[in-house]
Amino acid sequence: MKPAPFNYAKPSSVDEAISLLDGDATLLAGGQSLVATLNMRLSAPDLLVDINGLEELSGISVDGGTVRIGALTRHRELERSEVIAAQAPLIAEAVPLIAHPAIRNRGTVGGSIAFADPAAELPACLLALDGAVEIAGSGGRRKVGAGEFFRGLYDTALEDGELITAIEVPAAAGNQRFAVEEVARRHGDYGMAGVMASVTVNGETVEAARLVYIAAGGTPMLAEGAGAALAGNAIDEASIGAAQSALEGDLDPFDDMNSTAATKLHLARVMTERALKRIAGA
Amino acid sequence: MPDSIDIPPVVVTATVNGERVSRAVEPRMNLVDFLREELELTGSHIGCEHGVCGACTVRVDGTIVRGCLMLAVQADGAEVLTIEGLSESGEIADLQENFKTRNAAQCGFCTPGMLMTAAELLAENPGAGRTEIRQHISGNFCRCTGYQAIVDAIEETGRNRGEK
Amino acid sequence: MADSPVVTVHDRPNSYIGRSVPRPNVQRLLHGRGTFTDDIKLPRMVHAAYLRSPFAHADIKSINADAAKAAPGVAGVFTGKEIAELCEPWVGVLSHLEGMRSPPQYPMAIDRARWQGEPVVAVVAETRAQAEDAVELVEVDWAELPAACDMTAALDADAPVIHEEYGNNLCWERIVDEGDVDAAFDQAAVVVEDEFTFGRHTGVTLEPRAIISSWDPSEEQLTVYMSTQGPHMLQAIFAKHFGLEEHRVRVICKDVGGAFGIKVHTYGDEIATAALTMLLKRPVKFIPDRMESFTADIHARHHTIKARMAVAEDGKILAIDFDDLTGIGPYSMYPRSSGIEINQVLNLTGGPYTIENYRARGRVVFQNKPLMCQYRAVGHPIATAMQEALVDHAAQALGMDVVEIREKNLVPDDAYPTKSITGMPFDKLSHHAAKDKLLGMVDYAGLRADQEKARESGIYRGIGFACMIEVTSPSPMFYGVGGAPISAQDGVTLRLDAKGNLIVASGVTEQGQGAEAVLSQVAATAVGVTPDKIKIITGDTEITPYGGGTWASRGTGIAGEAAAQAGHALRDQVLEVAGIMLQSEPRKLDIRDNAVVDADTGNERISLAEVGRVVYYRADTLPKDYQSELIATRHHVPKKFPFAFTNGIHCSHVEVDVDTGVVKLLNYWVVEDCGTVINPLLVEEQVRGGVIQGIGGALYEECLYSDEGQLLNGNLADYLVPMAAEMPDIQVGHVTSPNSDSELGAKGAGEGGTGGAPAAILNAVNDALLPLGARLTVNPMTPERVLRALGKTE
Repeated sequence: MKPAPFNYAKPSSVDEAISLLDGDATLLAGGQSLVATLNMRLSAPDLLVDINGLEELSGISVDGGTVRIGALTRHRELERSEVIAAQAPLIAEAVPLIAHPAIRNRGTVGGSIAFADPAAELPACLLALDGAVEIAGSGGRRKVGAGEFFRGLYDTALEDGELITAIEVPAAAGNQRFAVEEVARRHGDYGMAGVMASVTVNGETVEAARLVYIAAGGTPMLAEGAGAALAGNAIDEASIGAAQSALEGDLDPFDDMNSTAATKLHLARVMTERALKRIAGA
Repeated sequence: MPDSIDIPPVVVTATVNGERVSRAVEPRMNLVDFLREELELTGSHIGCEHGVCGACTVRVDGTIVRGCLMLAVQADGAEVLTIEGLSESGEIADLQENFKTRNAAQCGFCTPGMLMTAAELLAENPGAGRTEIRQHISGNFCRCTGYQAIVDAIEETGRNRGEK
Repeated sequence: MADSPVVTVHDRPNSYIGRSVPRPNVQRLLHGRGTFTDDIKLPRMVHAAYLRSPFAHADIKSINADAAKAAPGVAGVFTGKEIAELCEPWVGVLSHLEGMRSPPQYPMAIDRARWQGEPVVAVVAETRAQAEDAVELVEVDWAELPAACDMTAALDADAPVIHEEYGNNLCWERIVDEGDVDAAFDQAAVVVEDEFTFGRHTGVTLEPRAIISSWDPSEEQLTVYMSTQGPHMLQAIFAKHFGLEEHRVRVICKDVGGAFGIKVHTYGDEIATAALTMLLKRPVKFIPDRMESFTADIHARHHTIKARMAVAEDGKILAIDFDDLTGIGPYSMYPRSSGIEINQVLNLTGGPYTIENYRARGRVVFQNKPLMCQYRAVGHPIATAMQEALVDHAAQALGMDVVEIREKNLVPDDAYPTKSITGMPFDKLSHHAAKDKLLGMVDYAGLRADQEKARESGIYRGIGFACMIEVTSPSPMFYGVGGAPISAQDGVTLRLDAKGNLIVASGVTEQGQGAEAVLSQVAATAVGVTPDKIKIITGDTEITPYGGGTWASRGTGIAGEAAAQAGHALRDQVLEVAGIMLQSEPRKLDIRDNAVVDADTGNERISLAEVGRVVYYRADTLPKDYQSELIATRHHVPKKFPFAFTNGIHCSHVEVDVDTGVVKLLNYWVVEDCGTVINPLLVEEQVRGGVIQGIGGALYEECLYSDEGQLLNGNLADYLVPMAAEMPDIQVGHVTSPNSDSELGAKGAGEGGTGGAPAAILNAVNDALLPLGARLTVNPMTPERVLRALGKTE
């Protein structure tokens, strides 16, 4: 199908973009989800506001202990970035699982975070790393923690007329261990289940574990119970089992075409064990 | 949805296969429709229009993209390379020859997108192994071959380039 | 006539038979210079889009198209009733499928829509986008009806009846009962039973169906550019249903972006597109988009089967008994009918084995889903998977090795010609030779040792075999006998031009499988030219010999043979005139590498270019009482056997992740016997591509429906096709038992891969899971279903 008609604007500044977001307007970043929905006529805005010209929104930088990733940074830039590999290895591990090269060449970090697909890797990484989202709107700029940003199914803290300018994640510390485990039907598909794990250790002991699951609820799902079950323990059969048991309370998966909620919970447990064993072995 | 006649066309000026072209198009026109309908470069194919099949893969400003997930207006000022231009440049003559000798193209509908995708991998990493090749082309649907001949052809091309 | 010595294509010097030469027509495809139907633009061409039924079953109370007609760019809006006024309806039954019934079907729904996706209103506009805009403005007042979606429930007494005049939803039933099945089961040492489900899936040609229709009212000439497998069949159908003479219809088929049986049917939207050009007197293009294709293309494969097998203590199969049910949508597809798939299951099951007692019932039911019809390897994946799963099941029950039980039951290679229990005549098959060849490629003992070792560390690998037969190159007994305008014969015309080049025209079409390469190799060999001298013409009813087209693995076996015979005829013509020119006996001459040579010495006497020059420009130098001919047409139709059966054996090696349910394909081997192999390179990638499509059915592909008949995964993101990353490398071997019905000896090779793979993978997965007590009898084997079989999810 071809998209329904829309108007097109290409602002030259963030402020101009914000001013255009008045009314039935949709922001066009990488477009890798949006243009598909336009083509399917599942979405038919009056106006597309194309922010691809806003170079200020691109790029990866490190400031103190914080990695800042501009909203227009493409997935492929993350994949190739030495900064990301060194300072945000969880993201580096997750990005190759996102779709395919031609999609990653266009798809943006901001787009992925704003779309907030519960099966997508980057929102889950952001939450696992306890990062933040930098938002600009007519009222100025604000920063929202990942925990508050993802509100519900495709629902975020972004208000009408706002756009994401960047995300921030803390640079990896020496006592942090990361692992991504995901099971998808095919390479590059959205996962049936998966965990983005960020574990802070003190020797053999887990100080804190942030296990965030994809396809396990309406948002990327932080498993607080599983994290609590691991904290203060070494990663071993007992603590892994306790974390797996806690997932029933932590996660809220729903049936979809590929699998039932029960299967997703089962798979989340399997991914948990695999991720934690890798972390323990590292 | 606004009425299509109320929407002014937008002028797109781009360099396509080395040639500067300019057309006034509807904002809703996808890049691949622009290439096929406006420029009559029909080598880029439309297989799904939702970014999955890879048949419309073209190169924009040096990297491959889905021609159905980019609007023509977004190519304003861009350098676009289609299979026609890529072929004429000679950049993938060796890859095309290996596709031919390995029978890596059957119906040929996926082939331009497959070649575009493979060309990017070969440029970055001619030494890619079979698993890496398979993963790299895993966003390009081929319904005819067993993919094996395609992997063979890409692997062979990379090996020969590495030896040069 | 020349009396040159009789030589077959196999005796020819400089033969191209059996050589892996690249396809002559692949270069344009590699350079983006192919011409697919959507690449064609005709003057004043407009674009059609169809409003399709959003419901599985609903009455159309009224249609208001006023707003659509007034929308920008719109050239016309037409309802099913308006289209029906130009076009006779069709009935998709074959008379030899006795008792089959299906009501007249119109191009578009008129008063009632019977599946989600049935075309209802046609909108034509300057651009496809404008046509889609206007489709959104058409108002249809629907009254949704109870739907019969589930094929099993469709036969229930309280099911909604789709065609009230029939009283129920049964389209066709066939029963086969041979030998004494009950006695065989009574004597059996072991009886195994399974209930199989094969998911509904579809062809997903990467190029969607595509048509441009163009009506010239001044000459009453309909020209149709179409992505199709059967130009002459479509010509006959357009002519018949629009009341035209066939020579007033020209079907042109340029490059085809995959077909697999999807593009050889009568689709309402395509017939309606022809009506639209007659109404508008402008060329009309219609390309269904991908999402439309999922509900408008034929589906296939959905079967549920209760099956059992009786086996003696020594592993001998005593009997097979099964009950198969399939749902085909609300109509039987025209003109092939939707009965062939189940008919094949009834005919082919057990075919590789010596079986004396056989009972089967097949029921075909109407339901409110898209029409099902023949898709690559029609019926074979189902017959083979059922049969081979039962064989493995029996072996397990007896504690016998799965290869051993097959060895005991495969029809001996020296038993041919013979017939199957269902009456299928076999010319020459080679099950044992193929099995031996396969076992030479597969380190079976090593795989078993590895399997045992891996299990100790919780890794579950499995090995699955599948023996199979394949229908290829059908005679008129397939369709023609049932009254369908489907030609089983095909023709090839060879013409030598004035420069000594060979122009080859054939009724078969090229969809990428290499039909043109095969014709080129055979013609080059039979005449004595090099392939670079050959130009192939296919896909135009106005200029090619009449023929059935390319389907049912018939191109090589049938048109290949016609090319061989036409080649002999043209060679005789050339030698006759060359004999006159050279004052030599034709039988002492031969044609080799584009020149007439002395047959004995091979010394060149005169080039073909010189022969052409003299014949065409200087006939005055030839005797006055002599008229030369440099063009020959020959046709071929299978006569000795209704089908050129082939055989094959597959082996799949898999690893099942028993925690995630994901099946990893480690390796795959196939040995097939397609008779004379014309081009191993093409045959092998055909087999591989076929296996990959079979893997699609085994692991990924399924049209998922809601209870209300709504397709849930009608897009390429949710309907999973096999992609490169998960696919294994596939080793292919050959055994050659030439087709005795032709000089060339070739049979088809296009579908065996697809026919055998689901069986091999099903058996491999079950072999992997055997120690865990899990067994699957469903395709596709999704992670969900594997985990369910393992009791790991509910």
